[in-house]
Amino acid sequence: MANVSVKDVEKIYPNGFHAIKGANLEIEPGEFIVLVGPSGCGKSTLLRTIAGLEEASSGEISIGDRVVNDIDPADRNIAMVFQNYALYPHMTVYKNMAYGLKNRKLPNDQIDTQVQKAALMLGLSEHLDRKPSQLSGGQRQRVAMGRAIVRSPDLFLFDEPLSNLDAKLRSQMRIEIRKLQRELGVTSIYVTHDQVEAMTMADRIVVLNGGKIEQIGTPAEIYNSPASVFVASFMGAPPMNLMDAVADGNSIALPGGALPLNHEVHGPVTIGIRPEKAVITDQANGATLPFTHDFTEELGAIRLVHGHLGDTPFVVHRHDDAPLPDGPLFVSVAGENVNVFDQATGQKR
Amino acid sequence: MTKTETNRGQSAPRKRRFKLEHLLDHSILILGSLFMLVPVYLIIATSSFDRITVARKGLQYTFSDQMAENFHMAMFESTSFTGTVDGFTMLMNSLILGMGFAIGKIAISMMAAYAIVYFRLRFATFAFWLIFTTLLLPLEVRILPTYEIVQGLGMINTYSGLIIPLIASATGTFFFRQFFRSVPEELVEAARIDGAGPVKFFIDILVPLSKTMIAAIFIIMFVVGWNQYLWPTLITTDEGLFTLVRGIKQIMLVIADNNKIPEFGVAMALAIIAMLPPVLIVLFFQSWFVKGLVESDK
Amino acid sequence: MKRAGFAQPWLPMLLLLPQLTIIVIFFYWPALEAVRSSFYLEDPFGFGSSFVGLENYQILLESREYRRVALFTLFFTLCVTFFSLAIALLLAVKADKVLRGATSYKTLLMWVYAIAPPVAGLMGAMLVNHSNGMITHLFGAAGYEFRNGLNYSDTAFTMILVAIWKQIPVNFIFFLSGLQSIPVSLREAAKIDNKSGTSRFWTITFPLLAPTGFFLLITNITYALFDTFGIIDVVIKGEPGNNPLTLVYKVYVDGFRGNDLGGSSAQSVVLMVLVLALTVFQFRLIEKRIHYT
Ligand SMILES: Nc1ncnc2c1ncn2[C@@H]1O[C@H](COP(=O)(O)OP(=O)(O)O)[C@@H](O)[C@H]1O
Ligand SMILES: [Mg+2]
Repeated sequence: MANVSVKDVEKIYPNGFHAIKGANLEIEPGEFIVLVGPSGCGKSTLLRTIAGLEEASSGEISIGDRVVNDIDPADRNIAMVFQNYALYPHMTVYKNMAYGLKNRKLPNDQIDTQVQKAALMLGLSEHLDRKPSQLSGGQRQRVAMGRAIVRSPDLFLFDEPLSNLDAKLRSQMRIEIRKLQRELGVTSIYVTHDQVEAMTMADRIVVLNGGKIEQIGTPAEIYNSPASVFVASFMGAPPMNLMDAVADGNSIALPGGALPLNHEVHGPVTIGIRPEKAVITDQANGATLPFTHDFTEELGAIRLVHGHLGDTPFVVHRHDDAPLPDGPLFVSVAGENVNVFDQATGQKR
Repeated sequence: MTKTETNRGQSAPRKRRFKLEHLLDHSILILGSLFMLVPVYLIIATSSFDRITVARKGLQYTFSDQMAENFHMAMFESTSFTGTVDGFTMLMNSLILGMGFAIGKIAISMMAAYAIVYFRLRFATFAFWLIFTTLLLPLEVRILPTYEIVQGLGMINTYSGLIIPLIASATGTFFFRQFFRSVPEELVEAARIDGAGPVKFFIDILVPLSKTMIAAIFIIMFVVGWNQYLWPTLITTDEGLFTLVRGIKQIMLVIADNNKIPEFGVAMALAIIAMLPPVLIVLFFQSWFVKGLVESDK
Repeated sequence: MKRAGFAQPWLPMLLLLPQLTIIVIFFYWPALEAVRSSFYLEDPFGFGSSFVGLENYQILLESREYRRVALFTLFFTLCVTFFSLAIALLLAVKADKVLRGATSYKTLLMWVYAIAPPVAGLMGAMLVNHSNGMITHLFGAAGYEFRNGLNYSDTAFTMILVAIWKQIPVNFIFFLSGLQSIPVSLREAAKIDNKSGTSRFWTITFPLLAPTGFFLLITNITYALFDTFGIIDVVIKGEPGNNPLTLVYKVYVDGFRGNDLGGSSAQSVVLMVLVLALTVFQFRLIEKRIHYT
């Protein structure tokens, strides 16, 4: 178990591309951190810089109070699970797991104990003599996990380890990885572009966008009070309803009405409302907006009601089976559920 | 592992080791490049000297002023090495051999591969084995009987006798078969639904699809054809049919003859002309060349 | 065959016809002819030939000259194969590693592929020219009188040197493309597992290159056996004399210069068997070869 600290890390690739623009991150021992963001935002770069596979252009990275900037990847006491697993195709499952330990000159019996233990944990004991090419996708994934576990590292690094699996296996492995990590208590950084994976697995989520950290927070914080329009639109499916408006103090003027705010804001803003935080009624009052219904998507447990507020598309979650009321419809939202962002900067206000 | 001291101190040695390692890597690569380059450089430099200097001092490091003259003689004067043929004629013959070999090989092997892959043909397996057995034995091991058969057919000293026997192997067919098999199955099905027959499918779909493959193979085959030596040496005794590479034998015979001072500069010029076209093609179409080589040889 | 193949019966025959005609006339016929005439003794004056059974083979096997050539061929093949593979591998590993100038190195190291073997032989011959060749001078400076064409081992040295030089580019290209097909993440995983670059090379990179290496091994043996004819012919200036020869060169010398049709054919058949054995060996390796997917 180790804490990890990333201070003012910048990464500029030799071709001049500025991939990480000043990252700061403090990770507690045993924490499971998920780096999430759209593809190309620099998640892998940041992870690989922490691993030592890329050199940071500036800034400082420490693992367990030891500055590791100039330490070889093999000496950072980390383990990494790659997207395509990166198993050594010419080695058996056993050798794949033992390779890192051998290179650390561990005695053979100790290597054996550790490999057998990891194999047992992952249900791989039967397959130790197989080559990776003789395994299914899920089994290869487990071997990659095993290779990481046997080293008893200070830090696990995962780079989209589940994206090559089918949906069912993916959700199963999600749970397993988290379970294993809790058991072992190893600090972990997990990269994914899948916000569901991020929400379900993370102790804390780091949202990256264009090489910058947009927000760091628990899944609930990220979901309920996103720090920027980007985070609001990236996290959550269906995404948060966003629209431009003008705030005048404690309420916000919108076509056909106004919404209350729970704090004072002035000027042009972008507001964001989660679909499940809006309620459809047929009762108009001072704090409702007229809603035009287009169609309803049936998802079994819930329904997504698609419509418009003025010209802006707007989606509402409905949990009850009751049909929509007849006649004119309205949307009401409580003040604390209206997220307000600056229209120019996109940052929370 | 929780050491409290920082390891900043290690930074310098690590960086320096890197630099040293890079220096070593580049030195090895530069040495390798020089090893490949220098002999050719010497030939080029030497081609700019007169024969007396070369006869006395051997290959030259520097350049002199005889290059244009030597190249002119190599190209247009027939007397220097062979009796009756000049470099220009040999260049043409080399082009005919290189192009004929490449085009012939691509044409017949594409046709054969198409027949094997895209037709329901009972005899296909047999044809396949008949063709692919030829991969086993190079021309060199059956050179004498091949020569006698070509002689019997009256093809000595003809372009067809020069080119066709060289085509009798399956490298191209094997390659196109592999490539055709990798073309998605649905393509031929869609084409048939669209009403394309086998000829239309071949010309409208398969050939355009194979364009880069054809280009890659063409480059390899052209170079291989151009560089043929043993077969042309046997089959062309008429100097009018000599290729440049075949002409090297003449150069060598003259140099080996100690009775007179050979035209060294002209000889080097001829050697340069003999290697220039394939070298240029390989350099210009480097990525196709590598593709053709790596994918056709496997 | 594709599952939706065309059913026309005549078109495929027509398409196969050119290829089949050519290989029957210029491959199967001469190959069988070689086997047949290896059992006959040709009258030296061209008056027919008589069946002698295995006599040609017997003469061959008892010939000290032939054994000497076979032994030299073995030595030649081993040297050429080993050194051209080793040098090319070293260069490919370095070219794959450096970031700056990688493309230029690649070009510089591969273009010699396009040079014809006899042209390479000519360069070699000039470099070892007795009176003023540079390699001769180098040896002279080291106190050794290098005599290409006169001293057996000196001539062998020249042949081997040129043959290695000519083969490096092909090996380099294949090794480099083999190296570049190793996934980046695999190398990175190895970097995390193993600190030492040298050890990483021998435990990860080298085994992963094994399929390429096996393939090249066969290619290089075939090259050394057959494709070096032009080099040898030029280096020894067409004079077999007392010079080192390879088996293929001897087939040519005995068949075309010595007019020993039977003997030359028997040698051809021996070579055929050799090539077939190599091919069988190659297929065995391919069967066994680990499929890295
Ligand atoms: N070696 C490199 N050289 C130059 N640019 C790179 C390199 N690797 C990645 N990049 C660029 O850096 C950006 C971030 O890449 P990456 O960290 O892989 O993104 P992610 O993992 O979030 O999809 C991308 O725009 C990518 O094109
Ligand atoms: Mg990535």
